[in-house]
Amino acid sequence: MDRHAACGSAEHAQSRRAVLRGFASGALASGPIAALGRWAGVWAGGYAGGLSLGQVMAGTPAVAAPLRAGGKRILNIFLHGGVSQLETWDPKPNTDTGGPFRAIPTSVPGVHICELLPHTAKQMHRLSIVRGLDTKNSDHGRGVVEMTTGRKEMKGVDNPHLGAVTAKALTPAGFTLPGHILVRSSPGKRNVESESHKAAYLGPQFSNVIMYDGKPPKFTDRPEGLSLESDSRRNAFRQRSDERFAGRRRTADTDAYTFSFQQARDLLERRDVFDASRESAADQARYGVSEFGKHCLLARRLIECGVPYVQVNHADYDTHHENFDFHIEQLGEFDQPFATLLSDLADRGLLQDTLVCVMSEFGRTPKINTRYGRDHWGTAWSIVLGGTGIQPGAVIGKTNDNGTAVVDRAVDHGHVFHTLLRAVGVDSKGEFDIGGRKFPIADPAKDAITELLA
Amino acid sequence: MTQPAPPVDPAKTRKTAEYKHSRPLTACYWEPKGRYLFFGAEDNLIHRYDVAAKTALPLAAHDSWVRAFAATPDGETLLSGGYDGRLVWWPATADKPAPQRVVDAHAGWVRALAVSPSGLRVATCGNDRLVKEWDIATGTLVRTLAGHASHVYNVCYGKDDGALYSCDHRGVVMAWTLPPVAAGGTPAANTPTATAPAATAPTATAPAGAVAGTAPGVEIAKVEALHFYDTTFRADIGGARSIALRGDGGRLALGGITNVSNAFAGVGEVAVAVVDPAARKLEILLIAKEKTQGAVWGVAHHPDGFWIGLSGGGGGWLLFWKGDTANEFFRFKLPADGRGLGVAPDHRQVAVAHADSHLRVYALHADA
Repeated sequence: MDRHAACGSAEHAQSRRAVLRGFASGALASGPIAALGRWAGVWAGGYAGGLSLGQVMAGTPAVAAPLRAGGKRILNIFLHGGVSQLETWDPKPNTDTGGPFRAIPTSVPGVHICELLPHTAKQMHRLSIVRGLDTKNSDHGRGVVEMTTGRKEMKGVDNPHLGAVTAKALTPAGFTLPGHILVRSSPGKRNVESESHKAAYLGPQFSNVIMYDGKPPKFTDRPEGLSLESDSRRNAFRQRSDERFAGRRRTADTDAYTFSFQQARDLLERRDVFDASRESAADQARYGVSEFGKHCLLARRLIECGVPYVQVNHADYDTHHENFDFHIEQLGEFDQPFATLLSDLADRGLLQDTLVCVMSEFGRTPKINTRYGRDHWGTAWSIVLGGTGIQPGAVIGKTNDNGTAVVDRAVDHGHVFHTLLRAVGVDSKGEFDIGGRKFPIADPAKDAITELLA
Repeated sequence: MTQPAPPVDPAKTRKTAEYKHSRPLTACYWEPKGRYLFFGAEDNLIHRYDVAAKTALPLAAHDSWVRAFAATPDGETLLSGGYDGRLVWWPATADKPAPQRVVDAHAGWVRALAVSPSGLRVATCGNDRLVKEWDIATGTLVRTLAGHASHVYNVCYGKDDGALYSCDHRGVVMAWTLPPVAAGGTPAANTPTATAPAATAPTATAPAGAVAGTAPGVEIAKVEALHFYDTTFRADIGGARSIALRGDGGRLALGGITNVSNAFAGVGEVAVAVVDPAARKLEILLIAKEKTQGAVWGVAHHPDGFWIGLSGGGGGWLLFWKGDTANEFFRFKLPADGRGLGVAPDHRQVAVAHADSHLRVYALHADA
């Protein structure tokens, strides 16, 4: 993850060093050939990661049949930096920790959320709140890893990201788009190495394709100087060469390269899928002019196309200073587009197959510091879930009167990970069989929040 | 024979009183007759502190934090503005003050308010990007002033009721020329130039039959030094956290934060921008001689010809500038971050609302 922590702690620097190169990390020149090369590079990354290409390829069909739950998807909205639970899902107005905002009623009788989310409040009948998160962590990098892998971070151990697990478990055979897409803002001059979601032992084909600024993946357009005819001829030549080579020395490795090139070409042909400007002007207006609004509209487009895992990042919420002003600003961007997206998914019948989650790496301290800020807090915080497999309108778990402790149904990232997978039909207690080795899909010591499941 | 009072000398600043509250304070205001200090806290209440008795009385009418106070020149009517968007009228000197009038003034926070020099009008500003002027006697909305493109952080009248200044989150300073209106008179009959939907259902009384007018406004300065868009965190930081007019009305001081390198950690330095309204330009940026983290949450002009700044966010300081040079001529370390500044009517003492739950009074002169 690309963490730009306000507090600049050593832990932040450490977490920024967490790396896995992804789709955009290839070193070839630009152009469609480069794009193909990048896909090949992804495979090569998997090879370097300790698995032979044969093993990587073997991993895909080895997924146990019961894991497949065709047509289900996950949309994960990740609010980076640690959104405040008190300014979102678990308000405590007029307490010593409550801050200046009021709680407002929602479409679920008796359930209140912060007044900064008036549009989302009208959609709460589609969502459920988990108010008992106790992840015992206040480090950005570790929080991101734990919330997205469902396991405690351990040195030297890589576990696959939720997106990679979802892509592996839910990508239908013959699906020609990437199964795991991250939509986020441009990194600017920042280090983006850590943007890649680790696929770990699942293989790099399940790592994320990143859409910076909501734009199509890099190098998926044909250079102006290369005509379609020339490009076709060039590809035909490559195919003939591959076939000739394979006719004499076909191996799992050559199959892998052929597969990656074909997937890249499929991606090129469906490039319009990544172009949210093709949506109607009315829809673009409904989602608003903010970057996050555009990303939400793009997410709808990707979900409609059946992409199994879409993550939209919204940053930043690391508000050690003037937490309340910044939450007005950031949640002011979040609220309407998110509510519109949720409503659209429901209206289009997509929510019955799509699990929606809003999470962060942790929450923020109930205690307000002397700069009107809130600091890192993993002890008692909240996320929301909704859509397929989730009981709507529920509130699971409870914090005390001023939000300093969970007093009912404490859960952590492990429980959430199981719940997300179970909701989309994946047996989270099952195992992945990768080249004959068994890997538990989720932390075997944890289980789903069963009362949250529909 | 009575000894003459020691002259004001910032170098002799010392603490003279302290009141401990149960929650961190958010703002304070010294009413014009000097009897009471009003302060807000993170408890949604206003507290009236009796300066002589050193006791405090809570006043309840707001549903959120209160950070804006002003009173009529006779000190009898207090106006308060809250983060609940409400403007509340109070009988300031009553034994047990109860709200006289409550108006849903702004959609979102009321960030600041100011009573006009005549005491007939009160101006408010808020997160709906509007400035509004109200008739104090009737509670009628006189006019709505639209033109800011971001949250309006502060407002202040000129030397008379005909001039109003406002500054927003991005450091844009607007000057508004207001037509004179007799006390309780009929406001202009034109419609507001802008309205914003209420963020929440109103619980307070709306001003019945109010028809608001408008007034011309002009941008007189864009104080770049008081605004920063943090591209890393993708958020704006800035604005006039405090505002004050020089005694002769010729300069406008805007307190805030400058040189921000990390918005979300509050890494920036204290600053006061002094604007010449007539020339429509920034005259000087007052900063600290030694790097001082935080923002200027209170600013005032002293009749002896210097500016007083209160800082918070990196430890509290009282800073004193002559105004002709960028650096202060004296600074006084406070025991905790400052969040609000009140100046006594005789200008010999100041009160500070502190983040450590204390209201403290500081004399600006030597002990007699």
